[in-house]
Amino acid sequence: MNEELLNTLGSIIGTATPLVIASLGETITERAGVVNLSLDGSLTLAAVLGFAAAWTAQEAGVLDVPMQIALGIVVAMLVGALIATLIGFSSIKLRRDQVAVGFVLTLLAADLARFLGADFTRIPGPQITRWTLPVLSDLPILGPIFFQQNVLVYFSYILMLVIWFWLFRTKGGLALRAIGERPEAAYARGAKVQWLRYWYTFLGGALVGLAGVAYSLNVKPGWSSPPAMQGDGWIALAIVIFGGWHPFRVVLGAWLFAALRAVSSNIQTNGLFIFGQEINFPFVLLNTLPWLLMILTLLIVSGGFTERLLQYMPRAVQHRMRAFLRSDPPKALGTRFEME
Amino acid sequence: MKDTKSLAIQIAFLLIPVAISLAVAAILVTAVGRDPLEVVDALWKGAFKDSRKVGGVVNFWIPLTLVSIGLVVTFRAGLWNIGVEGQMMMGALFASWGAQTLLWDAGMSPLLNLALIALSALGGMFWAFIVGALKIRLGVNEIFGGVALNALVNVISIYMISGPWQPRIGGSAQGTEPFPVPALLPEFSKTFPVNIFMILLVFAAFVIVMIMLNGTRWGLNLKAVGKNMRSALLLGVATERTSMSAFLVCGALAGIAGSYRVLFTFDNLRPLASGGIGFLGLLVVLLLSIRLLWVPLITFAFAAILTGSTRLQIAPSLKLDSSLAGVLQGMLVLFVILFQGVREVFFPQLTVDAEDIEMNENRPNE
Repeated sequence: MNEELLNTLGSIIGTATPLVIASLGETITERAGVVNLSLDGSLTLAAVLGFAAAWTAQEAGVLDVPMQIALGIVVAMLVGALIATLIGFSSIKLRRDQVAVGFVLTLLAADLARFLGADFTRIPGPQITRWTLPVLSDLPILGPIFFQQNVLVYFSYILMLVIWFWLFRTKGGLALRAIGERPEAAYARGAKVQWLRYWYTFLGGALVGLAGVAYSLNVKPGWSSPPAMQGDGWIALAIVIFGGWHPFRVVLGAWLFAALRAVSSNIQTNGLFIFGQEINFPFVLLNTLPWLLMILTLLIVSGGFTERLLQYMPRAVQHRMRAFLRSDPPKALGTRFEME
Repeated sequence: MKDTKSLAIQIAFLLIPVAISLAVAAILVTAVGRDPLEVVDALWKGAFKDSRKVGGVVNFWIPLTLVSIGLVVTFRAGLWNIGVEGQMMMGALFASWGAQTLLWDAGMSPLLNLALIALSALGGMFWAFIVGALKIRLGVNEIFGGVALNALVNVISIYMISGPWQPRIGGSAQGTEPFPVPALLPEFSKTFPVNIFMILLVFAAFVIVMIMLNGTRWGLNLKAVGKNMRSALLLGVATERTSMSAFLVCGALAGIAGSYRVLFTFDNLRPLASGGIGFLGLLVVLLLSIRLLWVPLITFAFAAILTGSTRLQIAPSLKLDSSLAGVLQGMLVLFVILFQGVREVFFPQLTVDAEDIEMNENRPNE
């Protein structure tokens, strides 16, 4: 394989990482039955406050660079976790609609980010740098794609595996799935439904915060308004649906989106050549592609369309195709659970 | 039932969230080293200093009230029309197309205005129809369909501005050339620059939708669909048609709101001409728990905050980002919703019978 292609694939994996982490975080939150709709705002606010913390530490000169980064990450994770916990609290304790509160927080967090970030616009700050893994990075093909990245990317691989293992191979994961599917049954079997929902909402929110700071400390360094990650929160939410709430498929979805975006931005800067012929086309319109893909993937996994399509297929493959294409949400997603 | 004590507590539950939002905003302003009182002063002067400023408030109020009325309809049907922002934009695009294509002379201006407004309503309905069809026939949740369509129409408008509709000289992504004068909505006066016809249209829409919601079978059907889709269907309500009609009504109003932005506020088409007004409308309706009656009042307050906030950046001693307006509005809505919960959970005897913002049949991701 040629080196340029490997580099491109590697950079796709790198730029996809915030989407991967955010979607995985949302996956465990939704598996517990809670929708954190605030992603688009949470990512933004976590990005700017994480960056601001790291930058302030840098200016004060009290910490060395890795500790500045660590401080930024901790702050961002707290921001994400706090917003998520607020949604959890308003739903679990105050019986408010998760979607309504999540939507309000989306707008509020985004505006808060713009307000607090005004003084941090377009200034250089600390950045997470590449950390090539010994041995693994020397693997042919896989090495340059997956193992010449930064620590957050490696973390996202581990996160994917850990979440998969936890969900499908442990008792705790069984309880997690149960409280999102049939909370009454889980409660009857001794699961602390409310407490677990709080915990997974908190945890998922912290991961969303981490995803946010992955932008401002690495993928799109610094802060500017309108924020570079605007819209990605919604894409992450759609990826969770596309991924059928399964960590592997979710990560695949995030990589797919990042790949599409890389291709379209590459065409916009370099033009499009087919057999040496330059193709002229209003490239601005390529920016519609991620959103068209979002609609298309939701179409495929959300039932109506797929069911119609399946009717034209031979009966023998229908069942398999349905299982492959469709993705059904946790049954108790977005609903409340009362103990009585 | 309602003795003075419970009334006092009712009022307290309205005032506490407002007070908390103001307090948090004051803390934020202090944290960035500015004087909160100066901010209040700037907001007030920015919105009400003279009749021109008040005109500015009205110019936000018109589109904001139109979309909010539309959103009451979709929320009644249990639908989250986040796509309202894009429906505004599509209305603006349709109106912009008409304004550049239908070159009628000045004598025909009122008729042309009407034609463009009708066109913009069609544009909004078109975009709302897609969200509706995706939701109703194909099972794509309207929140995600709406978000995607919002983004799509923004890309399309940027393409139009930088491509087919770019100004003859100095073409850029800033905006189209100003539209021909006959297409623009006329100002009432230089000192009070608003369009009277549109104000009347807003009130007409308010009254008509109020009657439709509370006095017709359609209004009842909307409510039935919103409360419980399955039992509505079993009771013989044409649920698909009812949901779609809600989308179309909201789309039409949003489209008209979009036309006001390009035919009056800006006089041309620019990227993001809808300016977040659709999202703000969602906040207004959430704040009011889908009650239509108070919409024009709350939209006026929100429009005043929005207009006043432009002064935050200009005032030399402040130089604050105007996003403070959004922060304040967002917090108001958030705390009002949370305190409704506090009242319901801790003071159940005080709970008034309001539209509950709760859509069991319309969970996201379903």
